[in-house]
Amino acid sequence: MSNLAPSAALAPALPVSASSGAAIELVGVNKWYGEFHVLKDINLRVHRGERIVICGPSGSGKSTMIRCINRLEEHQQGSIIVDGIELTNDLKRIDEIRREVGMCFQHFNLFPHLTILENLTLAPIWVRKMPKKDADELAMHFLRKVKIPEQANKYPGQLSGGQQQRVAIARALCMKPKIMLFDEPTSALDPEMVKEVLETMVSLAEEGMTMLCVTHEMGFARQVANRVIFMDAGQIIEMNEPEAFFSNPQHERTKLFLSQILGH
Amino acid sequence: MNDFTTWDVFRNLLAAVPWTIYLSLIAFAGGAVVSLLLLSLRFAFPRVAGTPVRLYVQLFQGTPLLMQLFLVYFGLALMGVQTTPLFAASLCLSVYSSAYLTETWYGCVLAVPKGQWEASSSLGLKHWQQMLLIVLPQALRLSVPPTVGLMVQIVKNTSLASIVGFVELTRASQIIANATFEPFLAYGAVAFIYFVICFSISLCGRHLEKRIRI
Ligand SMILES: Nc1ncnc2c1ncn2[C@@H]1O[C@H](COP(=O)(O)OP(=O)(O)OP(=O)(O)O)[C@@H](O)[C@H]1O
Ligand SMILES: [Mg+2]
Repeated sequence: MSNLAPSAALAPALPVSASSGAAIELVGVNKWYGEFHVLKDINLRVHRGERIVICGPSGSGKSTMIRCINRLEEHQQGSIIVDGIELTNDLKRIDEIRREVGMCFQHFNLFPHLTILENLTLAPIWVRKMPKKDADELAMHFLRKVKIPEQANKYPGQLSGGQQQRVAIARALCMKPKIMLFDEPTSALDPEMVKEVLETMVSLAEEGMTMLCVTHEMGFARQVANRVIFMDAGQIIEMNEPEAFFSNPQHERTKLFLSQILGH
Repeated sequence: MNDFTTWDVFRNLLAAVPWTIYLSLIAFAGGAVVSLLLLSLRFAFPRVAGTPVRLYVQLFQGTPLLMQLFLVYFGLALMGVQTTPLFAASLCLSVYSSAYLTETWYGCVLAVPKGQWEASSSLGLKHWQQMLLIVLPQALRLSVPPTVGLMVQIVKNTSLASIVGFVELTRASQIIANATFEPFLAYGAVAFIYFVICFSISLCGRHLEKRIRI
């Protein structure tokens, strides 16, 4: 796979042409939990700089799919290629991919025994072998970016949910990832905090980050997504540009789902 | 006919306190060393070491400490190996506490939320880094209350060493009760002393808990 793709920053708004190599490629991916077939023949090609929103009913396999991309879950069939590296059981490759892929979780998963600053510098210091002073600077840079530099010396438990999620985003960014995965980053938040987290994500999108985001925030999808994916029962049912996806859904199940979450 | 004052009773009992404390410390330190070893094995080689460690814990949790003491002290003597009461008591109490500490601390590591492993994995940390930097520090915090509870149990269980003739608090109180014909005073006093020791441990534990809470 070619690594000569033009930098995403040069073409932030548009996906780079397919021939230049995808950021993520899933080909015929199948996964089972015991007897339960959770991912069924998933095919997906995410271009560099592309933003994809994934939605679908609970239990449809959205989390499982994005967690396969950084090997938090193992797939049994098909291939997953991230930034030109195929995921196998080779621990070296898994580490390599995880260094390039950041992830944000529904429940933030900050390290409660470390300060905000330490949460951010941990991986740069231990994984990237960055000197502590540089790591501190880097961390402060991203804390300013998510607009909470003044919280640097507090502990996660002392922050609001929205602030914690922004710290989690900053923590992932400190590894300078090429791809960001989000698993329902706002669904554990009180409504008044959703906005601040979404704003952070929008600004990330504007900078050309490749993003895969499981969310039911359809306003966000409209605003930043290049494509919206609808999943149900382990399959990708429908995939389209947001305008077409929302105004003209093709499948019955998509229509039903959209009517449930948009209208009441 | 009784020349013992209450103070004499206390004085003689207090003289035995160091032995109880000494035995407790040996039991805790010995138990901690053994269980840290067993836990390292269990986490480093879960497939190979998992079952033997579980068996060890089950075996020593599932048999009375008293029987273990009998077996080591009298049983070994029958086989021609002479041991001292101190040795037998130290060995049995260490093994006993190692079983409980292993179980407790293992549980504390497992109690660290899965999300902590996932977040650190997603940042690219290696397994040993996750263990050392993320999971163990949190498990350590979780382990304070149950460990303090176990220490109190250990202190109380040192009284069993009196059975093989080791003179610690309980044995001292028996001797004094026999000499003074005042069992209520002697045993009452010793119960009070045990309480003071155990209560101090609990207080220290609570203090420690507060200091590391965030
Ligand atoms: N570790 C596991 N073992 C067995 N089954 C699992 C496991 N994790 C998830 N599942 C099942 O797999 C299915 C897909 O789960 P997944 O978490 O991917 O769904 P989701 O689309 O993210 O749902 P939600 O919107 O509720 O987060 C569910 O039916 C779930 O019960
Ligand atoms: Mg999910």
